[in-house]
Amino acid sequence: METETKKIEALKGGEFLTKDSDPQSVFIPEDISEEQKLMADAAREFVEKEILPKLDAIDHQEPGLTVSLMEKAGELGLLGAAVPAEYGGLGEDFNTNTFLSMEIGASHSFGVSFAAHTGIGTLPILYYGTAEQKQKYLPKLASGEMKAAYCLTEPTSGSDALSAKTTAKLSDDGKYYILNGQKMWITNGGFADILITFAQVDGDKFTCFVIDTKSEGFTRGKEEDKMGIKGSSTRALFLDNVKVPKENILGEIGKGHYIAFNVLNVGRFKLCAMTTGGAKKFISIAVNYANERKQFGKTIASFGAIKYKLAEQAIRVFVSESATLRTSGLIKDKVSELLAKGSNYSQAVITAAEEYGIESAMLKVFGSEMLDYVVDEAVQIFGGYGYSEEYPAARAYRDSRINRIFEGTNEINRLLTVDMLVKRSMKGRLDLMGPAMAIQKELMSVPSFGDKPTGLLALELEAIRNAKKAILMIAGSAVQKFMMKLGDEQEIIMNVTDMLIEVFTSESAILRTQKLSSRKNEEEILPYLEMTQVYVSDSLERINLYGKHAIASFTEGDELKMLMLGLKRYVKFDPVNTTKLRRDIAGRLIEANKYCF
Amino acid sequence: MKVAVCVSHVPDTATKVKIGQDEKHIDPAGVVFIINPYDEFAVEEALKTKEKFGGEVVAISVGNDNSKETLRKALAMGVDKGILLKTDKSLDSVGIAKALAEELKNQQFDIVFMGKQSVDYDDSIVGQLTSEFLGYSCISNAVYLNIEGQKVIAEREIEGGKEVVESELPVVITTQKGLNEPRYASLKGIMASKKKEILEKPIVETTNHTEVVKMRKPAAKQPGRIIGTDVSAVPELVKLLHEEAKVI
Repeated sequence: METETKKIEALKGGEFLTKDSDPQSVFIPEDISEEQKLMADAAREFVEKEILPKLDAIDHQEPGLTVSLMEKAGELGLLGAAVPAEYGGLGEDFNTNTFLSMEIGASHSFGVSFAAHTGIGTLPILYYGTAEQKQKYLPKLASGEMKAAYCLTEPTSGSDALSAKTTAKLSDDGKYYILNGQKMWITNGGFADILITFAQVDGDKFTCFVIDTKSEGFTRGKEEDKMGIKGSSTRALFLDNVKVPKENILGEIGKGHYIAFNVLNVGRFKLCAMTTGGAKKFISIAVNYANERKQFGKTIASFGAIKYKLAEQAIRVFVSESATLRTSGLIKDKVSELLAKGSNYSQAVITAAEEYGIESAMLKVFGSEMLDYVVDEAVQIFGGYGYSEEYPAARAYRDSRINRIFEGTNEINRLLTVDMLVKRSMKGRLDLMGPAMAIQKELMSVPSFGDKPTGLLALELEAIRNAKKAILMIAGSAVQKFMMKLGDEQEIIMNVTDMLIEVFTSESAILRTQKLSSRKNEEEILPYLEMTQVYVSDSLERINLYGKHAIASFTEGDELKMLMLGLKRYVKFDPVNTTKLRRDIAGRLIEANKYCF
Repeated sequence: MKVAVCVSHVPDTATKVKIGQDEKHIDPAGVVFIINPYDEFAVEEALKTKEKFGGEVVAISVGNDNSKETLRKALAMGVDKGILLKTDKSLDSVGIAKALAEELKNQQFDIVFMGKQSVDYDDSIVGQLTSEFLGYSCISNAVYLNIEGQKVIAEREIEGGKEVVESELPVVITTQKGLNEPRYASLKGIMASKKKEILEKPIVETTNHTEVVKMRKPAAKQPGRIIGTDVSAVPELVKLLHEEAKVI
């Protein structure tokens, strides 16, 4: 018998803006395999038993504690999950690593040490190392015997990373490079055995080196006194005529920026996975407290004002998780596709992560701001106790804040999102012009008042499809107006990225709920449906506001009128009783006494 | 040494359990199930015994397909093989012990470990019953264990102290907190467990000796009481703790 299989084209990076996705093709958290679940459970057990009871000691930087915990994580296989088996790791796929990152995300400072080591510390060698370099470092990094740090930032170069001043000069005998300079805010700086370091060869050839911290001339500054993540080691590092053997150059001379930026693509994605996992934990802590704390003879969880907060926390985490796993699935599929085509593992992961660099930048912004919302409201729910270091909300609040700063500030990531989209469109990688033209045409025509679509979340999906048109309309007009100078209009770019994040996250929540609906009955799907409905409804309001800001900033007269009409047409949505829905959502959290979706 | 470890799949004590419509079972919807925490000590001790004497560790569970999850966890911790004695019926302790004994006796195990109780029904007697059906000795509530040749020396936790006992193989040991620190399932262990076998067998027909007639939730917790706010309240507090709460 012949069966016809429908070929689903995987969404390319950035294509979410112009194309629909089939819910069945989207990876969702509930697609977790039995093995992945066991692994995630193992990671959670590690965090709950080894990390959480020691948070105070970790934050006081008890000597050797974080190092020994890293080694324990190594023994369990957590450090080497993404490292191929031939280099002493487990060679787990991208999705499994996403699930693991989510669990580690609840571990406060330790999570930062962990992520710096396994992400930006290990991946440059995994992706760009020669066979010898991989063999030399990866097994020890995977086991935890060796700890890594990533040194990009300098006192005068943060967001503008390529302007680094650290120099690397070839020695007279041509055997090694001599490095001089200073690196700032280096996570794991206090104990790292190796440093992935960037320096300028011959003044302007940005190059990546692996430095052994036992090298002569290397010194560590004192621990920074930080606002949060106090348990993670953060130091300035000094390189004073440090000799680095030539064979320790990673990748090619002058091509360090490929390493720096490609590794950050993965780092940004993972940051979102970690914030999502952490946020779940903090919601549970908040619900727990709201269920215990009584005022006016009732638990505070019974008050609408608190229910609103609990529901909104859960909605944002649910949405964040949906978008994270959707992207994870896209990256994983792309890796598989490239491997099948004969690409080597490193190249496949680099290419796949680059392909979804736009999504990863948006996720980084969304995840870090979502977590800040969650911990901020957690403090609020705890009231006065939230401000006391004796309760868990204060630490969560302080520790969250850094996420909006590192791995590229959220401002840089917002700029990058639009920059990448525009560049891909100009290179012909992504067709934005076609759809943008179609919208201009559509705007000239009379809106159709035909039948409304029916089906689960069909109205919401239709609304988001329209919101995408609004973005194309606004961004298209801005590009036409400013051409190559669009980069100077950062406010507009921020507005556009914020709208992009709204449609990407909304759509991810819709797709997840739609996919889930085939596995759950009406009652079971209701929690997901309601969270999606509230989010999409609010999201459209926010898109309207961002759109209005953008339009009013660069148009006037008839053009302003026309674009505003277009915006109104594309974000139109009937009012939703979000108060009732939020009460329902909060009710489920209160009943379960934890994040339960 | 042939070592068996019996594991049971139980609701996580942290989850809120609801009673089902028939009022005889819990409603499993939304309940997270885990390996019985006392059985984790049993798995750890079984693995340590194998590491010391060589041999094989087999994990056995009585239950439906869901119990495989708990068997997988034992396999991931390092157990060599799993056996699911499959049944959809709810068995009482006698039924479970009979099913276990029937399987265990076929394989001539030297030592059988299991938790001192399951945290679901808390009957705390399956180990003792199993040993009886097998004709093995039984040491319950073990917090220390040493095996030398055929001799088994153990410490049992008893009210207010410890009891040192000696016995001989073959033996059933029920494990108590304090015996050891259960290892984590490492990611490598989890991957390796995929290749390990879980054998499914029907259980022997057994009849329950007891029947669950009804399940009830305990009465809601009473709110706290403030007896006083200074030292003058202490005598009254002591009296209440002694007479009412019966904790001192």
